[in-house]
Amino acid sequence: MKNTYNINNKGYYGEFGGAFIPEMLYPNVEELRQNYLKVMAESSFQEEFNQLLKDYVGRPSPLYFAKRLSEKYNTKVYLKREDLNHTGAHKVNNTIGQILMAKRLGKNRIIAETGAGQHGVATATVCALMGLDCIVYMGEIDIARQAPNVARMKMLGAEVRPALSGSRTLKDATNEAIRDWINNPVDTHYIIGSAIGPHPYPDMVTRFQSVISEEIKWQLKEKEGKENPDYVVACIGGGSNAAGTYYHFLDNEDVGIIAVEAAGKGIHSGESAATSALGKEGIIHGCKTLLMQTDDGQITEPYSISAGLDYPGVGPLHSHLYKSGRGEFYSATDDEAMQAGLELTKLEGIIPAIESSHALAVFQHKTFNPEDIVVISLSGRGDKDLQNYIDYFKL
Amino acid sequence: MNRIKQKLNEDKKLLSIYFTAGYPNIDDTVSIIQNLEQSGVDMIEIGLPFSDPLADGPTIQASSTAALKNGMTTEKLFDQLKDIRKSVSIPLIIMGYFNPVLQYGVEAFCKKCQEIGIDGLILPDLPADVYDEEYKATFEKYGLINVFLITPQTSEERIRYIDSISNGFIYMVSSASTTGAQSGFGNEQTHYFERISKMNLNNPQIVGFGISNNDTFTQATTHTKGAIIGSAFIKYISENGINELNNFVNPILGKN
Repeated sequence: MKNTYNINNKGYYGEFGGAFIPEMLYPNVEELRQNYLKVMAESSFQEEFNQLLKDYVGRPSPLYFAKRLSEKYNTKVYLKREDLNHTGAHKVNNTIGQILMAKRLGKNRIIAETGAGQHGVATATVCALMGLDCIVYMGEIDIARQAPNVARMKMLGAEVRPALSGSRTLKDATNEAIRDWINNPVDTHYIIGSAIGPHPYPDMVTRFQSVISEEIKWQLKEKEGKENPDYVVACIGGGSNAAGTYYHFLDNEDVGIIAVEAAGKGIHSGESAATSALGKEGIIHGCKTLLMQTDDGQITEPYSISAGLDYPGVGPLHSHLYKSGRGEFYSATDDEAMQAGLELTKLEGIIPAIESSHALAVFQHKTFNPEDIVVISLSGRGDKDLQNYIDYFKL
Repeated sequence: MNRIKQKLNEDKKLLSIYFTAGYPNIDDTVSIIQNLEQSGVDMIEIGLPFSDPLADGPTIQASSTAALKNGMTTEKLFDQLKDIRKSVSIPLIIMGYFNPVLQYGVEAFCKKCQEIGIDGLILPDLPADVYDEEYKATFEKYGLINVFLITPQTSEERIRYIDSISNGFIYMVSSASTTGAQSGFGNEQTHYFERISKMNLNNPQIVGFGISNNDTFTQATTHTKGAIIGSAFIKYISENGINELNNFVNPILGKN
């Protein structure tokens, strides 16, 4: 098997990645870099991780053949049901992995950033499970618009600290978490929630999420008699569910990789989060990747109706998939995503997270052949988005 | 000889001041530099504001946000500084984050710095190994000194490595913190200053983060070549304006 699309030994996917961090973070990131693969390979780690994924998260998540959706689009659609995980999304795969990593590195204080609150809840959950202190940074504006998740984190024992700087959303929450880490260099582990950040984070998060594609392979074998679908489809903000969905297919070019970004009100509306279309190579939160910025190199504010896709960068793996042409990139507008979410609800009785609805909107952009097997990552459930759906459709 | 190196050769403890370009007002840059030179500081760090200053605490963050809102850009700063060497001879360093430099073009940025008479750069998120492999030759071609940070957590091996690729001074971050995060130094810092001093590095050390008055300046410079003040200066000009800078500088140096 070729190994072109995986990370190289210097922490780069092609020209993207690396660790562009202030020296204050170097000891922490270096400690992690030197240990993460070793720790993940330990049999006691594997055992504990797999046990928790099974008994606590509820894995394997089903690979569901969506019959009515398939009929509508005249192709074979399978949904990878990450929405059925404990805490309602794929995020928990990574937080379980990282909390076990943190414990083995002797850390007793956990910090995280969150946008919509899903990663914050997944982090607060595993901290409650392990009895570790948890501080979640969240933009002041997001705190106001995601009240139920803020309440969940508090109930789980986390302290939710508002990010008051900049635009007071996910980007700034990430800045604040990084500043916290700079100020607490010894006892603290930073659980980054997406496939972003300085090396080794994108690779570590991808590996923890790769259980998604690992399961797809054997599940599809059971159902279709073959391991490889024709396409895997996922939405991309920072790109952790996408990274996990693609991982075991990266170097098999018979499997098409499709990414759907958030176009917001339209790619060129000025209110968009379609990073691959609008971004240029630069440095954000410690890695070289595509990001939305001014000509002067100031990072700009993205927009999407989906708080989970509302990030001005994209993980370095995805920049590489885009730039190399390995991935097909589309973007769905707010309207397309909301309609796709409603359609899934009506056809299959599943209310998806608005993030995942973007992946479902792939049918507005690409026509598949009737015999194609298309696996779509249903990364999260829509409970958290009910108010948005209600407001949008005036339900 | 590079002005920073000349200054480092002087037999005195150095005071370096950081300010954010474009703050409090867009056109204050040149006046602040001239007034700082007249008030007797030894070196100036001109902050190129960035939207996401990860290593900075609230004071410098707020000044960066305000400067960007005032319209500061890389091009604008270079334009303001184009005649700066007609009026000042103090060593000038540009301090900023790597992305704006990358977007300007690293070589174009360095070239422009040389034309203007900038002596060095501090880019906290440009890692030492990347600099060493990709950019060192370019910086040196344009006569720029690149300054790296070390912290109390930096290993001896890494300090030696950083020393080996430095050609001016080493920026010693006083404690594990973002800028402006603390007041006063304890035993821990004193031991750290001593420990580094005993390493007999090739490059002198200048301490930054947490220095705001004569006490902290004296403590920081007992075992080092000098100290850098940023947040305390930004606070001062926010409250007192940019003209009477002696009133800020003299007390720090213990002058009346």
